[in-house]
Amino acid sequence: MLNITEVYKTFNTGTINEKKALRGVSLHVHPQDFITIIGGNGAGKSTVLNMIAGVYAIDSGSIVLDGKDISRQPEYKRAEFLGRVFQDPMMGTAADMEIQENLALAFRRGKKRGLSWGITKEEKELYYDALKKLDLGLEERMTSKVGLLSGGQRQALTLLMASLKKPKVLLLDEHTAALDPKTAKKVLDLTENIITEHQLTALMVTHNMKDAIRLGNRLIMMHEGKIIYDVSGEEKQNLQVSDLLQKFEEVSGGEFANDRMILA
Amino acid sequence: MNILMAIFGAVSQGLLWGIMALGVYITFKILDFADMTCDGSFALGGCVSAVFVVSFHWNPYLSLIAALVAGGIAGGVTGLLHTKLKIPAILSGILTMISLYSINLRIMGQANTPINTRMEGIDTIVTMITDRLPDEISKSSNTNTFVTMIIGAVFVIICIAVLYWFFGTEKGSALRATGNNEAMVRALGVNTNRMKVLGLVIGNALVGLSGGLVVQSQKVADVGMGQGTIVIGLASIVIGEVFLGRKLNFAAKLGFTILGSVIYRIIVAVVLQLGLESSDLKMLTAIIVALALSVPVLSKKHVD
Repeated sequence: MLNITEVYKTFNTGTINEKKALRGVSLHVHPQDFITIIGGNGAGKSTVLNMIAGVYAIDSGSIVLDGKDISRQPEYKRAEFLGRVFQDPMMGTAADMEIQENLALAFRRGKKRGLSWGITKEEKELYYDALKKLDLGLEERMTSKVGLLSGGQRQALTLLMASLKKPKVLLLDEHTAALDPKTAKKVLDLTENIITEHQLTALMVTHNMKDAIRLGNRLIMMHEGKIIYDVSGEEKQNLQVSDLLQKFEEVSGGEFANDRMILA
Repeated sequence: MNILMAIFGAVSQGLLWGIMALGVYITFKILDFADMTCDGSFALGGCVSAVFVVSFHWNPYLSLIAALVAGGIAGGVTGLLHTKLKIPAILSGILTMISLYSINLRIMGQANTPINTRMEGIDTIVTMITDRLPDEISKSSNTNTFVTMIIGAVFVIICIAVLYWFFGTEKGSALRATGNNEAMVRALGVNTNRMKVLGLVIGNALVGLSGGLVVQSQKVADVGMGQGTIVIGLASIVIGEVFLGRKLNFAAKLGFTILGSVIYRIIVAVVLQLGLESSDLKMLTAIIVALALSVPVLSKKHVD
């Protein structure tokens, strides 16, 4: 359903800061795939997600979603098909607006926004029920400003916003990395629930190898802008953290001793 | 009685200028865009209104619509400079503002345009009403002040009502969110560039309207009348915020901006009474804004 073919992207071309972020990434995503993406710093994990979302234009290659080439579409047009949650909890919500206003904005993702009232009564009931499922008590605070919420609450809200109107692909960019371990686990459980319940296709970047193995049906490892490992099914279920570390060492010549990964 | 009339005069001016402050509120506060256009679009609104009344004998109220549209176009130009040509926000505004100086001179053909209401077929929004009142009332200068105040109040109420409605709609919500978190709004499928242009159009349309109203009340348009408009607008906003409680709805925030504008005019009237020259006002205004903006920083230092 999502076909990424030979995508290249270089930042700061021709300067001393030149960075080849993606060097020929190809990925075929099947419907209802839940793919976890791991790799070292600068491997191109987040860049892949940003390319799909259209944050930057790609240099060459193509991104085709359900038969439609979206690689030249601006970010706001692709948003119709994509749900996104970012690493920074501040990024996914509008802090000075109410919880229900944020949900109403997300509810209209990809629709033309006209001059009818920004939030209807029926919607509010829908949001109440949806918030209640999060089990964070947010349904009683619908008119509170989002800026008053904790990082975990904001990520949970962003997740809800991303799935409120069913996206063709859900893009999760290390969305639990900025949270404390307990909250991170909660948000991760919630992520799993939402993906299962709505039968979503999802791509999740993570630094945590255990999560990458435990969650999803498919795992991708990236290194220096390339996909170097792609497992799914039973082979993925039987993976161990040590297998992944070994794989990393093979490709990076042993220099992949990122302590954040090992601790995870 | 004299002091009371001076206050009424200040209130009426505060209302007319307050609509400009609403425009600045939209660009500066809601859109988070430091828009320098308004110095130019304020004068533009005034010049357009005066010329349409004096040269084309338009109904002065219709000339205000022209001022509104002209201001909106000026804001649109700034918006396109910023979004299409990627010129930084402040510079886009300055470029439009500077070119408006020349444009305003072109529109008027001279440095100022007096509106001589003694001439046949030429009226201001104020004389249109006072002329219909009995002679013994209309001759008093107090009447002028009161009528101006009422007109100002009516325009303020209409503007706040329309803005309150608009910012509650789907489009208006998207515009508010654009100023709040642009990346998020784009991820939710909103063309944020279009929203920025729209916000600048609305903001500067209000500024242009306000320029027209002020010219109508003072019966003269001047090419230099817009200088320092943005600072007066910011002063009104920050003074309004001093009186504004924390949790108030959007209409109240707009209302307190108008209140800020009125209080600003009263402060001006008082310091002029105390012997300050009117040429000192710009510095005084700048000091008020600088003080108000530095209060949070200074009080934080105190805590450290």
